[in-house]
Amino acid sequence: MIPAEFDYLAPDTVADAVAALAADEDAKVLAGGQSLIPVLRLRLSYPTQLVDLRKVQELRGVRDDGDALVIGAMTRHSDVVADPLVQQHAALVAAATATVADPAVRHRGTFGGALAHADPAGDLAAVALALDAELVAEGPGGRRSIAAADFFQDYLQTALSPDELLVEVRIPKLEGTWSVHYEKFNRVAQAWAIVGVATAVRREGGSIAEARVGLTNMGSTPVRATAVEAALRGVPAEAGAIAEAAQHAAEGTTPPDDLGGKADYRQHLARVLTRRAVATAAGV
Amino acid sequence: MARVRMRVDGVVYEDEVSPRTLLTHHLRDGLGRVGTPIGCDTSNCGSCTVSMDGDSVKSCSVLAVQADGAEITTIQGLADGPEWHPVQKAFREHHGLQCGYCTPGMVMAAVDLLKRNPSPTEDEVRHGIEGNLCRCTGYQNIVKAVLSAASELRGEGAHPGAFSTPPAGVPA
Amino acid sequence: MTEQMDAGLVAEQIAATPGALSEPADGQEMGRGRRRKEDPKLLTGQTNWTDNITLPGLLHMAVLRSPMAHAKVLSVDVSAALEVPGVIAAYSGADLADVMGATLPCAWPVTPDMVSPPHTPLAVDTVRYVGDGVAVVVARDRYTAADALEAIAVEYEQLPAVVDMEEALKEGSPLVHESAGTNRTFLFDFPGAGADYAETVAAAGDDAVVVKRRFVQQRLLPTPMEPRAVVVAPIAAADDYTVYSATQIPHILRVMLALTTGIPEHKIRVIAPDVGGGFGCKLNVYAEEVLCLVVAKKLGRPVKWTESRSEHYQATVHGRDQVQDIEIAARKDGTLLGLKVELLADMGAYLQLVTPGVPILGAFMFPAIYKMAAYHFTCTGVFTTKTPTDAYRGAGRPEATFAIERIMDELAHELGRDPMELRKQNWIRHEEFPYDMVAGLTYDSGNYEAATAKAEEMFDLDGLRREQAERRARKDPVQLGIGISTFTEMCGLAPSRVLGSLSYGAGGWEAAQIRMLPTGKVEVTSGATPHGQGHHTAWSQIVADALGVPFEDVEVTTGDTDSSPKGMDTYGSRSLVVGGVAIHKATGKVLEKAKRIAAHLLEANEADVEFDKGAFSVKGSPEASMTIQEVALATFAAHNLPDGMEPTLDSDYVYDPENFSYPHGTHLCAVEIDTETGFTTIRKYVCVDDIGKIVNPVIVEGQVHGGLAQGIAQALYEEAVYDDDGNLTTGTLVDYLVPAAPDLPHFETGRTETPATSNPLGVKGVGEAGTIASTPAVMNAVVDALRPFGVRDVRMPATPERVWRAIHGSDAERAAAGTIAYGGASTSTTAATQEQM
Ligand SMILES: Cc1cc2nc3c(=O)[nH]c(=O)nc-3n(C[C@H](O)[C@H](O)[C@H](O)COP(=O)(O)OP(=O)(O)OC[C@H]3O[C@@H](n4cnc5c(N)ncnc54)[C@H](O)[C@@H]3O)c2cc1C
Ligand code: FES
Ligand code: FES
Repeated sequence: MIPAEFDYLAPDTVADAVAALAADEDAKVLAGGQSLIPVLRLRLSYPTQLVDLRKVQELRGVRDDGDALVIGAMTRHSDVVADPLVQQHAALVAAATATVADPAVRHRGTFGGALAHADPAGDLAAVALALDAELVAEGPGGRRSIAAADFFQDYLQTALSPDELLVEVRIPKLEGTWSVHYEKFNRVAQAWAIVGVATAVRREGGSIAEARVGLTNMGSTPVRATAVEAALRGVPAEAGAIAEAAQHAAEGTTPPDDLGGKADYRQHLARVLTRRAVATAAGV
Repeated sequence: MARVRMRVDGVVYEDEVSPRTLLTHHLRDGLGRVGTPIGCDTSNCGSCTVSMDGDSVKSCSVLAVQADGAEITTIQGLADGPEWHPVQKAFREHHGLQCGYCTPGMVMAAVDLLKRNPSPTEDEVRHGIEGNLCRCTGYQNIVKAVLSAASELRGEGAHPGAFSTPPAGVPA
Repeated sequence: MTEQMDAGLVAEQIAATPGALSEPADGQEMGRGRRRKEDPKLLTGQTNWTDNITLPGLLHMAVLRSPMAHAKVLSVDVSAALEVPGVIAAYSGADLADVMGATLPCAWPVTPDMVSPPHTPLAVDTVRYVGDGVAVVVARDRYTAADALEAIAVEYEQLPAVVDMEEALKEGSPLVHESAGTNRTFLFDFPGAGADYAETVAAAGDDAVVVKRRFVQQRLLPTPMEPRAVVVAPIAAADDYTVYSATQIPHILRVMLALTTGIPEHKIRVIAPDVGGGFGCKLNVYAEEVLCLVVAKKLGRPVKWTESRSEHYQATVHGRDQVQDIEIAARKDGTLLGLKVELLADMGAYLQLVTPGVPILGAFMFPAIYKMAAYHFTCTGVFTTKTPTDAYRGAGRPEATFAIERIMDELAHELGRDPMELRKQNWIRHEEFPYDMVAGLTYDSGNYEAATAKAEEMFDLDGLRREQAERRARKDPVQLGIGISTFTEMCGLAPSRVLGSLSYGAGGWEAAQIRMLPTGKVEVTSGATPHGQGHHTAWSQIVADALGVPFEDVEVTTGDTDSSPKGMDTYGSRSLVVGGVAIHKATGKVLEKAKRIAAHLLEANEADVEFDKGAFSVKGSPEASMTIQEVALATFAAHNLPDGMEPTLDSDYVYDPENFSYPHGTHLCAVEIDTETGFTTIRKYVCVDDIGKIVNPVIVEGQVHGGLAQGIAQALYEEAVYDDDGNLTTGTLVDYLVPAAPDLPHFETGRTETPATSNPLGVKGVGEAGTIASTPAVMNAVVDALRPFGVRDVRMPATPERVWRAIHGSDAERAAAGTIAYGGASTSTTAATQEQM
């Protein structure tokens, strides 16, 4: 199918992009286009203008900013996966991004685009949430930083206003030695996650000192499994204790009922997959 | 309308296109490069896969304006004159195609995979082409073909095709 | 090649080495792993897909489709569309009513009183499924055409959707076709060729064990990777039309387009260019083919229509969609008594070309390879407000094979028998062929023992059974299941007289022409129209062997009603068995003539002339010889031919098969099921197919692999889901889960070779075998893995959620997952469904 007509602009700077968005309330940002172009082809959306960020160099790349790793919004999935800084300081991001779509889509899709799109079945939002990422937006009024917990507001809805750009994502480096795992459950390789679990675990000797758990597709936004995190604190790093803690994984979730699965099945999966993810991360 | 300039299979083209023109339609309808077909409208099937500035992309999910200034290689530009790319040769030897509709995209995806991972395992090959659907082959012979091409590209020689009745002493 | 494969000889071969493979002799093409002639263009992007065709002044057509499953069309206003710059024309159904024909064809009235309501290419007053066409626009490019669709205003008055077959049959259900007065399309009753089922079971008294099941064949979307496309090029002044279509059936299409539109048949040329897969869904005559033709005629300009994938999922026929109530009866010792099958078959909203015939093809396959006294089959066709169904790879036979192979496992379980042993007890032994089946067919040959023995050896059945027992014993969260499918199918559709007796509207023959060119090269045309199968390669091999010419010297032409005017096209695993045999026979005619000429030129008695490896020689004087190429040149020059002989060396043969062919095989599947998540992984898949003699093992293996993939996809992944309002909720490739490379296992394939005796090549056909056999093999494995949990069925596709609910769910959930069979009385592990009669 074929998109409807729109105007197109490819500014060189964030400021020009913001100005273009501010000038036209039905304009839309175009990043990698891997979610937006299919939407346009199926004519599910009719923007008047696309503001393409491909020329905005400042939005690309990964940099080390002391206590945080900063990933530019326009950094492609394939570049995120291969980036040595990401592997070193945000291995969970790399692990989850490697499961996104397929190689050709990862050559185009961007880190910022995936987060701004805010599909609850997308793999990266839960990671951002689990890692307490800060999402940096720029609009006509300047820059602001939004905590991941506040950024994802509803199905395909974020805290970004229509004239704001997501410019970069700050991911606080984890202190100490953490190990990570992203557990994705889908029916076929191409399909989106029915449920996904993003985990980071810090072991101290024989026990789990600290854990982070984010859930994909367990509600209209990504979910932080705080009850699991609390239950894991200080327990011995062994199968029984982890299984017990993972029993809390579905608490407070309202997963969708759709072709991928009914809500109760997803809640069950969340418990099983959380147990497996934490056990794998903890090396149990 | 927007002016776009791109090099496709070695030839430079400059055209006026509507911003909504998909790269795949620009290649097919605009430039007559019809070797790359279209199989879906949701970026799933991979039939339209081409190489853009050295990376495999689904040309149905790229606007022609986004490819301004890019270097595109399609299945039609993969062979070096009459000499096929090892992946093309291997697909034939291992019967990695039937109707051939997925083939241009599948071959381009495989070429991209081998560029990044010259010695893939069977599993890595399967995941490397997971963005490309084939309805005819069940993938097994495609996987064999990619592994064989990998071997040839590494300089270790292609694998001969093996089928349930070996050709009795005659080259096929 | 001579007719060396006569029945007697074949029987001898079978007796000597059951199932042994023949190796191609030196220099022989038959059986050789030729790489395909088709590949170079496909691998270099030089393919001629229909959508690649452009013509001067080409216009693009787009179809506005109903967003409602069922509604009255109150008005269609195309005026605003005509104002969109670049739009040449726009028509509603009413606008085209006088030219588009009264109905698209259904060629298979399966009963004399079948309800066959008109099916106009565009809906005129009522739409009956989401996707039913209501208007078309024609514009100078495809983008403009897409825009203009949005400018058409349609007023609908919604009517109730009819989605479920059983609901549709209830008194008072809304009617899909008001004028028909019923949603029941037909009731087909086939009492088999054996004893009465009820009497047979009653006569066995206490000794009879009866098992009943309900199996659901979900709706499937065939999904060739190339969606459909049509281009019509008119020569208006001559009222002459060339129709390019991504179709499996250019020959049938030509006849049907003439009958539908009234344009004389000889004024229509149909070309199937390179076609990117079909799997049955391009075996049809579609609205868009008619619409492009009549619009091109009206406008006097070439018109193209290309389907998008999401449009394809609405506008191109779907497959399967049956509810099967099946009952099998056996003696306590396991001897089968009989089988009773009652089908509900979802037609969708209209009857397409062979919609009603698909389940009827299955009628003959339920008894499969098993001996039994009684068989009774009924099928009720049902209209619903969904996309029409029609052929999908296997067409009727996969459904039948699934049901019998599944219920054989269920019967084995009820009897406490090993499922393979039960099969062995009841199947036709190889020395019993030819065998008259209870369903009326005569199976000419087969060797189930040999294929099964080979499969068991490749599979390590004993080792896997041991592992299964261990996993069960230690309550491993990952359980192992083993599934068997010992299948046969009827291929090579079909003897024309049989089709006639089934009221099918055409014959089942196939045509071939051979032309020897002056330079000794050979042109072959075939009516079988390939769309990925490799006909050009296989036909070249057959001709090369027969005429003794090099493989490279043979050129095959297909898919154009001008250059290959006669044909019945490609479906039903018929190409080789019917079309390939036609070619073989046509070479025989060439040789006959060539021999007479050779005798004349060599001044010898015809009886003394021998033909071997492409050369004629005279017995006893080896120096007197000439090649077939020299004969061809002589017939071209025509200077010295026998009196009255026509110049040129060519032939024309139309072959009508005398029987179906019956490929068979044994497929064994091991699955691992993660009982915590319900996820199924195929651990091992072994298949041994017996497809008789083979022409090219490379092509055969490819066909088997692709078939397996589709059959496995039915078992585990694919399902077309409609909501209660009749919307297809799996309307794109995002939701309709076609497996990619990581989702399928590595297949281990083997063959045995029991030649068909019904044709001179001994071939049986392979196009559908993998699809037919694999679905029950996988599902038997899934159920086998879950038996310790009391599970006796899982509805297809066996999604992780269904499997999980089958194990862990409440009674109601277990029933919904298909756990509880037939009637759903109980979830216990005991034989709740077994009824003693
Ligand atoms: C076949 C296929 C499979 C996929 N599978 C997965 C999967 O398994 N998991 C997964 O997580 N994702 C998956 N995706 C989505 C993929 O990750 C996309 O790349 C991503 O969702 C969008 O990124 P993009 O850069 O392409 O954004 P675009 O498509 O360009 O934009 C998406 C949306 O975000 C907005 N936007 C983009 N960037 C910004 C910005 N910087 N500031 C403000 N707004 C912005 C756009 O306006 C648009 O609304 C899949 C996509 C495809 C085609
Ligand atoms: S056509 Fe591009 S992915 Fe299907
Ligand atoms: S060869 Fe037909 S789709 Fe791949």
